[in-house]
Amino acid sequence: MPAEHAILAEIPRLRRYARALTGNPAEADDLVQDTLERALGKWALWRPGNLRAWLLTLMHNVFINQLRTRPALVSVDEGDLPEIPARPRQHDELEIRDLDRALARLPPEQREVLLLIGLEELSYEAAARVLGIPTGTVMSRLSRARERLRAILAGQDSPQRLKVIR
Amino acid sequence: MTSRPIERERLHAYADGELSSDERADIAARLAEDPALLAEVAAWQHQKTLLHAAYDPTLAEPLPPALLAGVIAPPRRRLPRLAAALGWIALGAALGSAAQSQWSARSDSDPFATLPHRAAVAHTVFVPEVRHPVEVGADQEAHLAAWLSRRLDARLRIPRLLDQGFQLVGGRLIPSDSGPGALIMYEDSAGRRLTLYVCVDAKDSGTTAFRFARQDTLSTFYWVEGRSAYALSGELPRDALLPIATAIHRQLAGDLPPG
Repeated sequence: MPAEHAILAEIPRLRRYARALTGNPAEADDLVQDTLERALGKWALWRPGNLRAWLLTLMHNVFINQLRTRPALVSVDEGDLPEIPARPRQHDELEIRDLDRALARLPPEQREVLLLIGLEELSYEAAARVLGIPTGTVMSRLSRARERLRAILAGQDSPQRLKVIR
Repeated sequence: MTSRPIERERLHAYADGELSSDERADIAARLAEDPALLAEVAAWQHQKTLLHAAYDPTLAEPLPPALLAGVIAPPRRRLPRLAAALGWIALGAALGSAAQSQWSARSDSDPFATLPHRAAVAHTVFVPEVRHPVEVGADQEAHLAAWLSRRLDARLRIPRLLDQGFQLVGGRLIPSDSGPGALIMYEDSAGRRLTLYVCVDAKDSGTTAFRFARQDTLSTFYWVEGRSAYALSGELPRDALLPIATAIHRQLAGDLPPG
């Protein structure tokens, strides 16, 4: 079925966004999975258009619902995090963790805007539609999010660990 | 802070390429005169670079089978826990005990009720694998049995199905909702594969008769023998699978009396 193929093609992008949004690979894939379930359940309602934006909208709804109903899931004590078995990408892991922590300190609604625009490269208008808010709100949240992220990253002891790959 | 009368939001719009070329030129001219403001815009753009550097590798990761299976073969009934179990099969290898502890926290139903579904899912995920269907191959059968027995904390005997026309391919460790589980795979000369899913519970559930479940063309016989639960799955008709399940049951029961 073309529907399945089209959705499959979007999974990597959904995983990337979910990974950055949740700061945790397991939670990210749970979020993607819940989003896909919802997408398949609502597939009949989808009108040909921007599939990615539609999926991101569904993911936003799932994410917001989870924040409401499962607040415990968001707060993980860093000291309790299990060691992930060593992989050759040890360096990347360290750097990601730094950014994960910084993003975790942003309010979720700011994090969403920052990532939709900064990582997913959505236009302000597209981000506004995904989040169901006015474009002006996207802009003000974006402004606050970037300000705050800059302050957090600047305040870190070792921001130079965030090596830029490209 | 600067006193230049540029709204911050227009600056962000500039950084994100949201402005018309006229507006861009206007802002660029003003930035050229204001190094502090220019540095700020550069910092925002640098944040984008950081985000891509950190999270783009996710794009190249192989997709967890759970996500694929959820899309390719959506369950007919709503089985959210099944979806979770499927997810942990994929993540278990990477997360080890973390995955299991989270799974047990999420599990809220009788494990026996979900047994055939979990077995069917494991079958569906691993049987199509061409290069890595198992972790330990049939050439190391003794090691396979010892390893899985140690991890399951129960003596696991690998049934032989040569009389039924199936050769051992090997086995792998998988997460079950009670901790480590095992998936043992067999193949016949036509390349058809069977899997035997085994998980061990802390408590003895007695012995049950065979039960049968079917999902599309996949047949599963499952039963419980003491602490161990077994499920045999294959793309075979019920009547063809039953004698194989019987043979397995006989071999396992002969070696491990119930209780």
